[in-house]
Amino acid sequence: MPTMTVESRHYTHPEVLTSTEWVAANLQNPSVRVIESNEDALLYPSGHIPGAVQVDWTVDLNDQLRRDYIDRRGFEALMSRIGVTPDTDVVIYGDKNNWWACYAFWVFQLFGHTKARVMDGGRLKWQKESRPLTRDVPTLQATAYKARERQDAPYRAFRDEVLAHLKAGGQLVDVRSPEEYSGARMHMPDYPNEGALRGGHIPGAKSVPWARAINPEDGSFKTAGELRQIYLDEQKLDPSKEVIAYCRIGERSSHTWFVLKYLLGYPKVRNYDGSWCEWGNLVGVPIEK
Amino acid sequence: MTVPKPLAEILETLELLPDPSDRAQLLIDFADQFREVPATVATRPFSVDHQIPQCESDAYAWAILQADGTLTLHFAVESPVGISAKALATILDQGLSGQRPEVIAQVSPDIVFRIFRQNISMGKGIGLMGMVQAVRALAKRAM
Repeated sequence: MPTMTVESRHYTHPEVLTSTEWVAANLQNPSVRVIESNEDALLYPSGHIPGAVQVDWTVDLNDQLRRDYIDRRGFEALMSRIGVTPDTDVVIYGDKNNWWACYAFWVFQLFGHTKARVMDGGRLKWQKESRPLTRDVPTLQATAYKARERQDAPYRAFRDEVLAHLKAGGQLVDVRSPEEYSGARMHMPDYPNEGALRGGHIPGAKSVPWARAINPEDGSFKTAGELRQIYLDEQKLDPSKEVIAYCRIGERSSHTWFVLKYLLGYPKVRNYDGSWCEWGNLVGVPIEK
Repeated sequence: MTVPKPLAEILETLELLPDPSDRAQLLIDFADQFREVPATVATRPFSVDHQIPQCESDAYAWAILQADGTLTLHFAVESPVGISAKALATILDQGLSGQRPEVIAQVSPDIVFRIFRQNISMGKGIGLMGMVQAVRALAKRAM
């Protein structure tokens, strides 16, 4: 079955998504910068969308010493290196149903780069449509990018804020696998344990594994109606109240953050990027199984 | 760890490349050499009996016993983004085909970490180790 157009899926903010067709038609557009962000380190060098640059989540987006994100200077240096200006129309795509693309998109928002979109379906859809790939790494002219200071408050929730939110009966969504949510597993199926001492979930958190928002055959996002059925009808997540999403280290939950904030238009959604690797190690915080 | 000479040579070559980008390039070269299971051995839809558990690239493995008592390995990787699985399949084919089942059955899944090192992604390790385990199981069945 062909994928429905983004416009026909009735998202609240369809402007944050673009299609493989649009990207294919804009490969030569100098105001567009296509960025690939993957989990699999071999994918970009093995072939990528012509003209695309790579942004690696571990090297480019994370502080290399502390557990935190890059600062303003780091973001400016990254954007300069990949030839982006504040006016550049950034399109991000990647493997794993755009999991890492949404993560990069989320980090870009910390610095106010709002001219960013995610390519619906990501790398899987592009390849399934037999669109061109190249191994040529583009040579880009460095730009002079000036970013604002990183603003965490609208996008990130920290542990004390999560605890206060929990005590106030606030809405939480746990996007990990059901086994992680129940505490039967301390890590994702097929992934190594990254060191949480306790299993379970934050009390009251709703369990909605992140990939439920995706059509698995081509990695595209489900329609707004289908997403509302999951998050509103089934899980009763009230759009008029704040939602905090979390997972293991805040990457899968950036995908759900993207879905709730932009595709469904929840006005106040934050990502608890400390997530289970922090909460499952904290002394004395409440945990439910 | 028991490793047959052809596989040991591949491992040594990879270990000579401390730069992750150089190793990535060599792994991509292996992926480029990937040859899918011939139609004389299997055709689509592939039997679930040959599907490799835990491999997100939807990979399959076969081991054909030759007249001289050695095995020839074959693989299929159905995911278009299964580059790591294709690289490992080629390495296992080049490094283990032509060996006797009892030799192949001794190869440790830990070779995955010697092959990929920093180039392994978080979710790939266990799936790729599953490829080695599947080959070991096929070898044991042929013994």
